[in-house]
Amino acid sequence: MTMAREAVIVGAGDVPLEDGKVVGGGSVLQVQARAAKAALDDARLSMGDVDGLLVAGLWGVPGPGILPSVTLGEYLGIIPRFADTTNIGGSAFEAHVAHAAMAIEKGYCDVALIVYGSTQRSERSRTLGGRPSVLTMQFENVWGIPQPVGGYAMAARRHMHEFGTTEEQLAEIAVATRAWASLNPAATMRDPITIDDVMTSTPIADPLKRLDCCLVTDGAGAIVMTTAENARAHGAKAIHLRGYGEAHTHWSIGAMPDLARLTAAEIASRNAFEMAGISHDAVDIVECYDSFTITVLMTLEALGFCKPGEGGAFVSGQRTAPGGAFPLNTNGGGLSYCHPGMYGMFLLVEAVRQLRGEAGDRQVSGVNTALVHGTGGTLSSGATVILANN
Amino acid sequence: MSDTYEKPRPVIDDGTRPFWDAAREHRLSIPHCRSCGQSHFYPRELCPHCHSDDLEWSDVSGKGEIYSFTVARKPAGPVFADDVPYVIAMIALDEGPRMLTNIVTPDVEQVAIGDRVTVRYDDVAPDLTLPKFTLDKD
Repeated sequence: MTMAREAVIVGAGDVPLEDGKVVGGGSVLQVQARAAKAALDDARLSMGDVDGLLVAGLWGVPGPGILPSVTLGEYLGIIPRFADTTNIGGSAFEAHVAHAAMAIEKGYCDVALIVYGSTQRSERSRTLGGRPSVLTMQFENVWGIPQPVGGYAMAARRHMHEFGTTEEQLAEIAVATRAWASLNPAATMRDPITIDDVMTSTPIADPLKRLDCCLVTDGAGAIVMTTAENARAHGAKAIHLRGYGEAHTHWSIGAMPDLARLTAAEIASRNAFEMAGISHDAVDIVECYDSFTITVLMTLEALGFCKPGEGGAFVSGQRTAPGGAFPLNTNGGGLSYCHPGMYGMFLLVEAVRQLRGEAGDRQVSGVNTALVHGTGGTLSSGATVILANN
Repeated sequence: MSDTYEKPRPVIDDGTRPFWDAAREHRLSIPHCRSCGQSHFYPRELCPHCHSDDLEWSDVSGKGEIYSFTVARKPAGPVFADDVPYVIAMIALDEGPRMLTNIVTPDVEQVAIGDRVTVRYDDVAPDLTLPKFTLDKD
């Protein structure tokens, strides 16, 4: 009798950062190659073993045919028989884990490499605000909406209107996340901050202020997946995938179904919990996308850790800080660790490290199950994975 | 009116031209579905509610209320720098759909969710009119 193939995560890697820039510099291809090598070394596998390549990014050869997996596969010297360039924004990598698992379990590939890299900080090239006013964006850009912060600001305003959420409650998230970052030597911003610091930081788009917003940094990371059987054969420590889900609702902020609810995250996480067959109580840590403080608050509600409208109370009193009841974004997040354009990769890398007990000063004790949730676009897409070390 | 308008212009296409043409004539026109009876915005080829293709363009009242908004304290690029602070709002039109726009007001601090608003056409260039809104309380 043949045992069913189980896909597991066996490698996680990233590149060193200093002041938000890749140490030693490098092109967007170089930094992805370094991250890929780090993750493969971690997995005790080699580049020649890779037959599945999953890539999403904001880079590429300009002009017709931005083909990131084809470009990167060539650069890495591999010939993938499975490729996935699903790009649903910063949550793409959580979706890639799910897609790679399906491909591995079906026997479509044996070793999947998921890679992301950006050198936007070094190149001073962050251009999300520069979307041309074509197709659906002709109804957004003409109004001078700062992208993407303007959409998040309108969601925050609506959430405050419906539920009485306060700016101080949003600030709680920034303060707690910075406290985690102070424990992470790789974090870009490590000095502790107070709620007052957040409240008095530079206004950007009301009600969001500078310290409600993620950083703009470089970064590169990679995840390697294979079968549990292959992991055992190579002596690699396997992280199991218990459940996953994804959804997206809109790209134009004007088309978001409900500005006070993260519909994509509700759908994605419901699927993931059903597949995992676990309750919320079984989750030891949560790594969720923090493009802005409001993203976190709405995500916690959508994931079901509190009811709609209760996110403000849930994060108050530094409950998500080190030593708090609800360990959240333990590497310092996009708010204080790094945010290289599409941050979802780094949620996965941190979850793997926490599940293996390799997170150093910021290690949370007794972590057996982690929930990772990415958000992409302007609260557009959501992808959840539930990971376990047993 | 200036023909040297430097802010982003919509790249108008066949699917959106009736909306922009109507705006130039100071009408607010959006698609209405003859199958399910609902209107939608921005304009699509299939009704996003019931997916019918039985659509017609329909002039609407230009009245609605603020569903949400933000005051930009930093501009969306240098061409908007002189406008700071300015209001970007999502209007719930009385006919149902939501629409992104600007609120033109002498006092951005008094804008609130739920405020009643009325369309006001801004002829920013000879060939481009932007439907902006004003507060009924102004």
